[in-house]
Amino acid sequence: MPKDSNGLTLDGQGKPLWLSLEITYRCPLKCSWCNNPLDFDDYAARELSTDEWKRVLREARELGALQLGFTGGEPLQRPDLEELVAYANALGFYTNLITSGIGLTEARLVALKAAGLKQIQLSLQATEAAVTDALVGATAHERKLDAARRIKAHGFPMVLNMPVFRQNIGMTDAMIAWAAELGIEYIEFANIQYYNWALMNRDELMPTLEQVREAEQVVQRWRDTLGKKMTIYFVIPDYYEGRPKACMNGWGAIHLTIAPDGVAMPCQEARVIPGLEFESVRDKPLAWLWHESPLFRKYRGLDWLPEPCVSCDEKEKDFGGCRCQAFLLTGDAGNTDPACGRSPHHARVREATDTAARPLRFRKPLFKRAAGTVTTAFLED
Amino acid sequence: MSIDTPTLASRFRMQWEEAQQAWVLLYPEGMVKLNASAAEILKRCDGTRDVPALVADLETAFDTTGLEPDVRAFLDMARQQQWITEA
Ligand SMILES: C[S@@+](CC[C@H](N)C(=O)[O-])C[C@H]1O[C@@H](n2cnc3c(N)ncnc32)[C@H](O)[C@@H]1O
Ligand code: SF4
Ligand code: SF4
Repeated sequence: MPKDSNGLTLDGQGKPLWLSLEITYRCPLKCSWCNNPLDFDDYAARELSTDEWKRVLREARELGALQLGFTGGEPLQRPDLEELVAYANALGFYTNLITSGIGLTEARLVALKAAGLKQIQLSLQATEAAVTDALVGATAHERKLDAARRIKAHGFPMVLNMPVFRQNIGMTDAMIAWAAELGIEYIEFANIQYYNWALMNRDELMPTLEQVREAEQVVQRWRDTLGKKMTIYFVIPDYYEGRPKACMNGWGAIHLTIAPDGVAMPCQEARVIPGLEFESVRDKPLAWLWHESPLFRKYRGLDWLPEPCVSCDEKEKDFGGCRCQAFLLTGDAGNTDPACGRSPHHARVREATDTAARPLRFRKPLFKRAAGTVTTAFLED
Repeated sequence: MSIDTPTLASRFRMQWEEAQQAWVLLYPEGMVKLNASAAEILKRCDGTRDVPALVADLETAFDTTGLEPDVRAFLDMARQQQWITEA
């Protein structure tokens, strides 16, 4: 999955260089940090067909899209994944699969290779079976490790993605050791973005600053040891950094995400922002959605920025941060991201980090991502 | 340590990109736009020629001589970036 700053040296020139297709929100796992919508279950009946996805691929390629991630949900839930990969590959995309590894059988790996798949990003949560299985709500650990070994055996470049939270941050060292032994070239420690399921579980998930600093040292030691053999992506979470992330390299700048129902979005989370009009490729040409739609124009560029960003030198680096986080914590997506120490709402972020630091807390069980866990009726108009 | 017979590393995909009017190099975490000479060199990194043959090929194609130092410097950089490996 594209990082906030992904070593991009190609000027976007207004093109959606990075395309993410959330081909389904269906998934056999129940991760409590999942960034999928709370009402993910309602999308199953509205998923685009194979032909509709192919049309999206053609239109996106015409707009200049190059990097493509198949994600979800669990993309392997779609039996037409191989067909879509082959189609995208022939169109000239660099194809990535973002998967939990569940359903990645030998037969499918062979078929994906034949289809031209270039890279696989596999998520792993822990180095111990009991921990992984409890976290994802299924017997998944051994299947995930097995998937990792077979991905390597088939010679795919691989990214190991470990979402980082209080429950697993102590395993940073063991995870890198395991990955080094398997010969994995790239590990991404993904700071949890607190939207949707992750936001519901934020108080339980957020690591303390102490834990984060410790993990940072572990990472630094491994970087020194492993050198070029492995790239380790690890950054201090924006909550602790006092500086916002350059979210998506700017709204509608280079990233385009298509939800299972064909809705085009500047990022995977944008639907949490109320009052914006979300339109589907079923109803509008993709070129119009990207270039003209009110949604993509709303926070594009720097002209819409509020204070304190307008008078700040950093605005061309971070574009005022994340719109979704601004909405979730301040109630207005047009505000400066409160992760920024200069935001008048920064106290909201401090509240969360203070809660994480409190030694004696009442522990709540994690909400599992599952249909019916929360009532989502209030989300409907 | 320099390279004898360079070949594009398997995680890279190189292609002419109409929308950019340029050759681009695609890899898992991103992409780079190549300038014309970089593209001409990388196109020839296909594991079939060693560096002298690659230089000779370029010199013929562009009807010139003396390219070797530049080509070697570029290949060194490309190897450090892990764009190319030994065939
Ligand atoms: C939503 S998942 C979809 C693909 C697949 N089901 C998986 O889990 O790998 C895409 C990626 O986002 C990561 N992820 C999920 N929720 C996240 C969150 N709240 N913040 C940051 N990363 C998250 C996962 O670890 C995974 O690498
Ligand atoms: S993060 Fe977990 S629950 Fe969410 S889509 Fe991926 S595997 Fe499924
Ligand atoms: S004030 Fe705005 S532009 Fe300046 S650092 Fe904070 S978020 Fe970025």
